[in-house]
Amino acid sequence: MEMERFCAGSRVMIVAGKGGVGKTTTTAALAVAAARTGASVLIVEVEGKSGLATCFGAPPLEYSEAELGPGVRGRTLTPDRALLEYLEDRGLRRISKRLVRSGALDIVATAVPGMKDILVLGKVKQLEQGGAADLILIDAPAAGHAVSFLMSARGLLDAVRMGPVRTQAEGVIAMLSDPARCRVLLVTLPEETPVNELIDTAYNLEDRVGVQLGPVVVNAMPADLVLAGRSVAEDAAAAGVQISAAEIRALDEAAAFRLERRALAQEQANRLADRLPLPQLRLPFVFGEIGPLEVDQLADALVDAVAALPTPGP
Amino acid sequence: MTPTLAGLVASRHVIVCCGTGGVGKTTASAVLAIGAARAGRNAVVVTIDPAKRLADTLGLEELGNVAHEIPSSRWDPDGTALPGGRLSALMLDTRSTFDELVRTYATDAEQTGRILDNRFYRNIAGALSGTQEYMAMEKLHELHEEGGYDLIVVDTPPTRHALDFLDAPARLTRLLDNRVFRFLMMPAHSAYLRAAGVAIQTFFRTVGRVVGTEVIDDVVAFFRAFEGMEQGFRERAASVTALLADADTAFVLVTSPRRDAVDEAKFFATRLRESNLSVAALVVNRVHPTFGETEEIDALRERAEQLTELSSSETDMATRNARARLAARYENLASYASLGARERAELADAGQRIGAGAVVYVPSLAHDVVDFAALNAVGHYLAPSPGN
Repeated sequence: MEMERFCAGSRVMIVAGKGGVGKTTTTAALAVAAARTGASVLIVEVEGKSGLATCFGAPPLEYSEAELGPGVRGRTLTPDRALLEYLEDRGLRRISKRLVRSGALDIVATAVPGMKDILVLGKVKQLEQGGAADLILIDAPAAGHAVSFLMSARGLLDAVRMGPVRTQAEGVIAMLSDPARCRVLLVTLPEETPVNELIDTAYNLEDRVGVQLGPVVVNAMPADLVLAGRSVAEDAAAAGVQISAAEIRALDEAAAFRLERRALAQEQANRLADRLPLPQLRLPFVFGEIGPLEVDQLADALVDAVAALPTPGP
Repeated sequence: MTPTLAGLVASRHVIVCCGTGGVGKTTASAVLAIGAARAGRNAVVVTIDPAKRLADTLGLEELGNVAHEIPSSRWDPDGTALPGGRLSALMLDTRSTFDELVRTYATDAEQTGRILDNRFYRNIAGALSGTQEYMAMEKLHELHEEGGYDLIVVDTPPTRHALDFLDAPARLTRLLDNRVFRFLMMPAHSAYLRAAGVAIQTFFRTVGRVVGTEVIDDVVAFFRAFEGMEQGFRERAASVTALLADADTAFVLVTSPRRDAVDEAKFFATRLRESNLSVAALVVNRVHPTFGETEEIDALRERAEQLTELSSSETDMATRNARARLAARYENLASYASLGARERAELADAGQRIGAGAVVYVPSLAHDVVDFAALNAVGHYLAPSPGN
């Protein structure tokens, strides 16, 4: 499938996964890859972490949008600000200030589980409908919080029977369950526990939230090292170069480590493919600290991986 | 082998493992408890949301919120541990722990019932951020008071900022202290309430317009039902805080070499220090290995480039391929060398800033740590104990 077509699938893409699997990196790479097709991209960060800005070598994101790179903008979205904005839009400015200042928001948010999440998702919906960008990428909170984050709208319908928050929840459900408007991309590492948790999350999201799952991103796959079964000593002899015994050992060990890691990662990625019938986008392990250069490389890899996806029929 | 970490396991009464999600905190907690049991102590580990296979290993599938002992044949199959050691484990169930607490402090069964049935309570007990942390500390307190254990190892929930448990006791009392709700708890005939009533009632009518009036009714009912219990909760919170500050309590920070995890660890250490608590050890999981003498990373890279050039100018296929393969190996070695050097430099720096008594490295392991053999293997890196 072409990147352009992949990005046009839905305006909102939610990137979710367990902490430390590379959600933020994936979000950044996806944004760069999408922007290359000419699409305008808005990244929305909902956890107040600074990783995303670092990926672009930019200062920390704020509530107002900032340019992160060509065609890519970014912003944060916090429940408090989203609530203030929401109430102000409805002429309840004075009340909203008091809600936040008195700490009553915390109590209301406790009384209504998912209230904060719904405020954030409601704002996402507003951005989507206002056409804030061709593609809106959400760097979601860590799973299993991702499930409760996306479940919040349904939970809220049980708790709140009337009023604007309920209307908001209904609107959010409509967005989440419409594959033409919103998809969720799950990210994992090719390791046993993260893969198991991803499978659980995937079924939970599909069954309980009714959200459309896009391909699964398998991050940090060690790249191949083609050695044709030769040892360093054999290759050194064939290449006509002198290498010390200590260096031969170090080269052999490092190569063996990489190949072992690659085999384990493939085993896990294949197990995931067996257990979860979703196409995979495999991204390479990056040695360097993630910055703009690495994000660009990952965007290349993402474009290749998307190109290898089958194009759905008309 | 780090004497300091082994010393902690052998001597302290409480070890709290903290860190962000996905860094191996639960595993480290289990390993430390096993280390203590192997050293002949009676140890218990409180786990929070362990991965399923680790939970199976610790026998946590059916026995959740109550500590149960694991037969020594499972964690010491060779019989090499010091005699007298015992190992128990439990998996924290936030809801049941909170319910227990309510039963303890309620004046009668009627009050217990009113609270447990309240919708606002059910949401707090299940979902309030910070409740899990608070209940972890509550469980610690309970085990400390009643368990008779030599060592209690507590895993902490993978919260966004990994340190919410420090605030958790205060958060609940803050909720009880909230000005708005103090009014609500006053008897309806109070003259004071009538005076303040108009403004407060207008406020709540408006909140009700946003979220529905039944939400407000639930909250009011909860605070009324809670009346008379706050003092007990407050005292408990103070006693947990004192236990954390005790000289016999040690904090172990767990991290991975990833920069965001290290940053969180530094931030966490700062917060601990602000609370006059200190980090006894920093455990770094998933450190990449180094191979041979790896100081000369540039030389390795240069060699890779030379070989690539030599390869592309070579016409003989066999020689050409051999050179290309060697170049790839040099590049690979250089990559791991630079990754390893960067990780170690950053971690040593972090350890110093944190003021950790010990910095312990656990290498990136080929398989997930899900059985006792693997847990004992990690024990080799973490803390020596007889037979480990």
